[in-house]
Amino acid sequence: MNFDDTPHEAAFRAEARAWIDANAPKYLLPYLEKSGYGGIELGGLDPMKEAKAWQKKKYDAGWACLHWPKEYGGRGASPIERVIWNQEEGPYGALSGSFIIGHGMCGPTVMDWGPEEAKRELLPRLAAGEDIWCQLFSEPAGGSDLAGLRTKAERDGDGWVINGQKIWTSGAHYSQWGILITRTDPNVPKHKGLTMFFLRMDTPGVRIVPIKQANGQSGFNEVYFDNVRLPDSQRLGGVGEGWKVSLTTLMNERLSIGSGMSAGFPDIFEFCKELELADGTLAINDRGVRSKLAEWACRQSGLKYTGMRAISALSRGENPGPENSIGKLVAGSSLQEIAMFALDLQGQAGAVSDPKLAAMAAKFQAQLLRSPATRVEGGTDEILRNIIGERVLGLPGDMRADKGLPFNKIPTA
Amino acid sequence: MDFEFSAEQQQLKEQARRYLADKCPTTAVRAILEGSEPFDRTLWQGLGEMGFLGAAIPEEYGGLGLGYLELCVIAEELGRALAPVPVSSSIFLVAEILKAAGSEEQKQRWLPKLASGEVIGTLASVEVTGSVRPSNIAMSAKAGALTGAKSPVLDGDIAHIAVVLARHAPGKDAQGLSLYLVDLNQSGIERTVLETIDPTRSQAKITFNSAKAELVGVAGDGWRLYEEALDRAAILTGFEQIGGADKALEMGRDYALQRFAFGRAIGSFQAIKHMLADMYVSATLARSNGYFGAYALSTGSADLPEAAATMRVSSSKAFQHCAKNNIQVHGGMGFTWAMDCHLFYRRSNLLAVSLGGLNEWEDKLIDRLRAKNAA
Repeated sequence: MNFDDTPHEAAFRAEARAWIDANAPKYLLPYLEKSGYGGIELGGLDPMKEAKAWQKKKYDAGWACLHWPKEYGGRGASPIERVIWNQEEGPYGALSGSFIIGHGMCGPTVMDWGPEEAKRELLPRLAAGEDIWCQLFSEPAGGSDLAGLRTKAERDGDGWVINGQKIWTSGAHYSQWGILITRTDPNVPKHKGLTMFFLRMDTPGVRIVPIKQANGQSGFNEVYFDNVRLPDSQRLGGVGEGWKVSLTTLMNERLSIGSGMSAGFPDIFEFCKELELADGTLAINDRGVRSKLAEWACRQSGLKYTGMRAISALSRGENPGPENSIGKLVAGSSLQEIAMFALDLQGQAGAVSDPKLAAMAAKFQAQLLRSPATRVEGGTDEILRNIIGERVLGLPGDMRADKGLPFNKIPTA
Repeated sequence: MDFEFSAEQQQLKEQARRYLADKCPTTAVRAILEGSEPFDRTLWQGLGEMGFLGAAIPEEYGGLGLGYLELCVIAEELGRALAPVPVSSSIFLVAEILKAAGSEEQKQRWLPKLASGEVIGTLASVEVTGSVRPSNIAMSAKAGALTGAKSPVLDGDIAHIAVVLARHAPGKDAQGLSLYLVDLNQSGIERTVLETIDPTRSQAKITFNSAKAELVGVAGDGWRLYEEALDRAAILTGFEQIGGADKALEMGRDYALQRFAFGRAIGSFQAIKHMLADMYVSATLARSNGYFGAYALSTGSADLPEAAATMRVSSSKAFQHCAKNNIQVHGGMGFTWAMDCHLFYRRSNLLAVSLGGLNEWEDKLIDRLRAKNAA
């Protein structure tokens, strides 16, 4: 039971640290360290330009996409080396937000299922940050029930014609490429009639419409497909194998560990140390406040050490256990509870969201308005509980009214 | 990084699990609940013979001379089995206090007997309803004799010796407090068994009438020694709680798989499935916090006080959460005497107050985080 690196890990860490120290964009550090929940602000500099520059620099020196094979632009590093890199990259890692989906999910999917020529051409560009990729999965009728998706791909000579609509596509508005799951056969049960493709986002007939979110920002998009023509060479995996291909994507999402989510405790703790309550005591000295702080402190450290356990498993060359699946479930609701509690402590001033006026530069107000999304995106709290219940505890799946039915016979209303 | 118990420690844990599965099935726990014996004497003797009690006691004092990590994995298995024996009082508290502050003579005299189980020890601190604070300790120590009463004292009816928090100087402050070792088999001692929520761990009121006592450690150091002992015991008891939480979760899961209603296993209903998933989340957070507690305890890290309070809050809540929802998953059957659910429910609520309630540990946690932050 210790936190020490093995000699090999220590050597790798030293090498990474030295390179980062010599090459990182240190002028961005003050902004990156202050960056809050859900986005970075670089004092007027263009975040995308800075992100691409840092990514290219890493790529040129062999520090991009550490877990990918070298021939596709990676480093062929072990999972634990990837974790060590993330630890050493620290706040600079926040620059990579736009690349996460491409590097973590799209790239590995193309790697497993794509034609060799496309892999050699596209993956190094993705690793270098020259292209950004998005994942065109969710639909208005296929969210938690992803396999209920309706975007159609129909044979047309040598190629395919795509019609339909995707939604919640993160970063579609700045992506050059996307991976797309479609329905190619509505006459078979829903999981069996799916096929995966990859495409340029400027292919004629693709229309991207940013979604104005409940918090006023726009990170997600609707993407419409109107007679979009794709050659068969842009298919990933076999016709009808789309569900299997999509599982590669989702499995890779689950392997992205080591950058555990914060439950938000440090901010509320800082805030309560300064804030005076109506009776003149500091919030942190109030019994009721302390009880809540203690709960969040335990969740924060519990997630931290759960992450350490997963990293240890990697260090021993094992796969992390299922305990890592609790991260977003715990963090999402904690962030929301903490934001609501912070506003409550602020009294009537809690409604003010102007960063120039509100406490802690309106961090909690922004968190309040963003946190509902955390409990939904990438798997709702309820889906995550199903996953824990079924895959970890071994409970049976829910009864499905659509089981075994051809897709076009499934009731929709 | 190796944030995990070693292969040898996991083997020891397996060994303890097999031993307890054999010697301490829930029928043995129930026998204590329903019978007149205050604890399982055969099991207690066996735990001593196996070396489990003396795992973290140095060899020179009759123990196995292993470490805290070994004691943590044993504690987890004792918790899982709801072992009706006074390990927490005798080993986690009294043996630990003697190891930390006892004189050489006291260690020589008592640690080997605590390690073998021949002698049972307990810690007597509580005098009032509410938190134990220096201001509510009235037990007086004068000329090597204690006068006053302690209640409740966990395992107080069966213990041979007690470490007692008492006041050698009048007043209300912590500096007037010291720890004393008392042989409970003397004429100045009266004991009354108390009725409690968990009779599988008996408790007593102990009255001291000029009972002969000897100092443990330095006079005036009692409160510090007491608080430090509670921290170490919080981590070890935390492992008992983690073990209990896991077992209660497994019972709930197994029942949800086996019980059918509306033509399907009730575990397929999301209301039940999500309740069990939340129990898993609590138990996992507590276990991860526990690993850090074990690390801090075994290395004597400066983080020990924070780790102890974190684990205490996390593991108390996890065991209570799993035990109460295990009853809920079982429905009406869960509230029958015949089902074992209430054994876990009782124990979870006993352990949640046995070293001081959640509110005290929440306070300690916040104070300690603040102190660390200020440093």
